[in-house]
Amino acid sequence: MKYADEFRDPVKARGVLAQIEEAIDEIGATADAPVYIMEVCGGHTHAIFRYGLDKLVPEGLEFIHGPGCPVCVLPMARVDECVELAERSDVIFTTFGDAMRVPGTRKSLLQAKADGADVRMVYSPLDALEIARRNPNKEVVFFALGFETTTPSSALCIQQASQEDLSNFSVFCNHITVPPPIKALLDDPHMKLDGFVGPGHVSMVIGIEPYQFIARDYGKPIVVAGFEPLDLLQSVLMVLEQIRSGRAEVENQYSRVVPDDGNPVSIAACENVYEPREKFEWRGLGEIDHSGLKIREEYKRFDAESKFRIGYGKASRIVPEPEGCSCSDVMTGKIKPPQCAQFGKGCTPEMPLGALMVSTEGACAAYYHYGGARPELEPAQ
Amino acid sequence: MCLGIPGQIRSISDYERKLALVEVSGVNREINIACIMPEDGDADSLIDTWTLVHVGFAMSRIDEKEAALTLELLTELGEVQAEIDAMRAAESAMEQAT
Repeated sequence: MKYADEFRDPVKARGVLAQIEEAIDEIGATADAPVYIMEVCGGHTHAIFRYGLDKLVPEGLEFIHGPGCPVCVLPMARVDECVELAERSDVIFTTFGDAMRVPGTRKSLLQAKADGADVRMVYSPLDALEIARRNPNKEVVFFALGFETTTPSSALCIQQASQEDLSNFSVFCNHITVPPPIKALLDDPHMKLDGFVGPGHVSMVIGIEPYQFIARDYGKPIVVAGFEPLDLLQSVLMVLEQIRSGRAEVENQYSRVVPDDGNPVSIAACENVYEPREKFEWRGLGEIDHSGLKIREEYKRFDAESKFRIGYGKASRIVPEPEGCSCSDVMTGKIKPPQCAQFGKGCTPEMPLGALMVSTEGACAAYYHYGGARPELEPAQ
Repeated sequence: MCLGIPGQIRSISDYERKLALVEVSGVNREINIACIMPEDGDADSLIDTWTLVHVGFAMSRIDEKEAALTLELLTELGEVQAEIDAMRAAESAMEQAT
């Protein structure tokens, strides 16, 4: 318990850790035959590394880092299309900072900007709307990516643009959803997963009901978790207690922020604007059924895919991963980040080769910052 | 992106578009409050409320203690500065002439 002093409530943390150890013993898990728990969310991955939780828990427990980092699962072809749009002289291209740094085949959006394209980093799609209002003679495209947590924001912006009849605003929708990749991973015979720590802020929007299939159809426990290190440890314990008693249920550890039914206004806005695609491409995971969203016909004039004839399914070309990049093997848990030949050499957070090194939520960036490449954290006094 | 940041609602800036001025770690920023509007539609009742803000949208009402705890966590993860930087960058992105 080298780092337990770091917790805001070290006494409680020690107690939970002792219970985790007890549960692992009782389950009979060992270093050679551990319990595999996947934290789905990239924010959780970041917190696990930052607080060294993977080192604090007993050896019989292994965290598998899930696909919940939006820029990490973005296929290179999408970045190429962003660059193509951004390089049009009539376009102002807007997106979040992280997305600007993801490498494309020719260049990233950041490089396109340096080469003269009008690419602007925004904090919110609301900013893209405002840029559209102020530049009526330009096409303003917002590159929308992310899971259910950010989907309501672009949906509400499209509704707002529709109300204002803001015809020079469009959204390049690359939103994805959490349950389908979990199903795909559970269907993969090579994946060993005993339970899940569920993404708290996704459930803040969609509630906990969409995860029922994990317990009902696959017999695996899932606990929706907060982001404090203690939240994560408590959630891990709740998963282990389910395994120990032979239960498989959806539980909510983060009820102080997550209502079981989610946020009804957000759900209604997303259903009004978006519908599921038949399938969608994920970096490292391939095509997954019903895992992406597209803009409904009713809002077609705000859909950059139809306005500029780009997007998933429009071109048949397959864009390979960059030479030497093992992101897909890391994504599917086949190797740990340091086992990639480029890790920390040809691929660093400053000069990322693969997407997992771009965001602080990516497993490679988290590993690089906290996972042994740098000195271990000093315990608090 | 998925972590969000706590902010305190200071005033309602646009009742029709459901926008409010929110203070996030000392920075004032206009955000959308559609997702946390009370059922009776009284936006003013949200003033002084703490909320979790995701990419410019208030997604959940939280209490002051939860806000403080989350801010402490986000500071340790380096996320507070990243959010503030993004808000500042967005201001200049909006003002930039073509």
